[in-house]
Amino acid sequence: MYTQGLDQKDKPAGTPQGAETPGQVEAFQDRIDAEDKIEAKDWMPEAYRRTLIRQISQHAHSEIIGMQPEGNWLTRAPTLKRKAILLAKIQDEAGHGLYLYSAAETLGVSRAQMVTDLLSGKAKYSSIFNYPALTWADIGAIGWLVDGAAIMNQIPLCRCSYGPYSRAMIRICKEESFHQRQGFDILVALCNGTDEQKAMAQDALDRWWWPSLMMFGPSDNESKHSAQSMAWKIKRFTNDELRQKFIDVTVPQAEFLGLKVPDDELEFDEKTGHYRHGEIDWQEFLDVLAGNGPCNRQRMAKRRKAHEDGAWVREAARVYAEKHAAKDAA
Amino acid sequence: MSDKEWPLYEVFIRSKSGLSHRHAGSIHAADDQMALDAARDTYTRRNEGVSIWVVRSSQIVASDPAETAAFFEPAEDKIYRHPTFYDMPDGVENL
Ligand SMILES: [Fe+2]
Ligand SMILES: [Fe+2]
Repeated sequence: MYTQGLDQKDKPAGTPQGAETPGQVEAFQDRIDAEDKIEAKDWMPEAYRRTLIRQISQHAHSEIIGMQPEGNWLTRAPTLKRKAILLAKIQDEAGHGLYLYSAAETLGVSRAQMVTDLLSGKAKYSSIFNYPALTWADIGAIGWLVDGAAIMNQIPLCRCSYGPYSRAMIRICKEESFHQRQGFDILVALCNGTDEQKAMAQDALDRWWWPSLMMFGPSDNESKHSAQSMAWKIKRFTNDELRQKFIDVTVPQAEFLGLKVPDDELEFDEKTGHYRHGEIDWQEFLDVLAGNGPCNRQRMAKRRKAHEDGAWVREAARVYAEKHAAKDAA
Repeated sequence: MSDKEWPLYEVFIRSKSGLSHRHAGSIHAADDQMALDAARDTYTRRNEGVSIWVVRSSQIVASDPAETAAFFEPAEDKIYRHPTFYDMPDGVENL
């Protein structure tokens, strides 16, 4: 998802640490099994801490980079109302990034370090934000599919064993449903419009469908972090389970819009009550993760420039604060 | 130009009058006023609050989670502090 298990260079979770006694690890697992929440200053295995720092910071970076494809359309929204809505939606995403950075900071990593890792390219963010938003219909498709997939992933994270992450996710989930609805609302308008507008909606679905399915991360037999994350109750469902749920709820919505999901093998299975779907192009997924998606370089360049352009503001605020602190002390 | 990190503040929000302030999260800000403004923008975009407290995280004094059991032990064996400890005789009302 926003945390697709992207950073595979990290040591595998569960690496034994010298300072951890089996008793400590066992007592910790007992707390998890009893659905107790772990709080910032509680003892935790180093691998649990590292896994969470990686996941929460990737999630935060995704919210921040995720503002770019939508920001691209702010000045070209078709009406003032749509523009105000899109602005509010994007502002929420900035807020999500901030909630998540502060949740990650409780684990002992500094904000500055996370920002440095994003800008240097060391840290990853969700593959989905490396695709371009080419038409206004893409703004509809992003809200409907990308935020829709995010909701599917984030609702179980509200019950994550780590308290600060779980609380951030509860706050985020309250805001996401507006995001998905505003996207669907854009598509309803286009699908009830001219043939050209409806074709635009279909084209957006054609381009965003598969990348949205990839948001759930590699399939279960490829997913390295899954089992340990499930045992720690960071994750509650596997990638494939969440992907299936997403497909099951989304296909009827596409039908309502009168749009065709771009998967010829898509078929409702009466026996299981689930949709069967075609093979995902995992090579494309790996290419995008490796930095070779349509917009990876552009996204990073824009983020770096925004950070550099803001340097004088940060500096001015700091100097102003220091000057006033000195005055107050005098 | 130094890019030293702004201090961290903890944010507490009163959601409506009559209720206590409750911890909402944290933000970085250069000074107190900026901390209030940023807390408003970050945590109350949907009228979630009527009052905000911000306090430098470094100013908070907290109990040690490793000492939780010992720290709260004095309250553990005083079950007579709870009204359910007492059996009231039948026929006695309004107690
Ligand atoms: Fe978000
Ligand atoms: Fe969102």
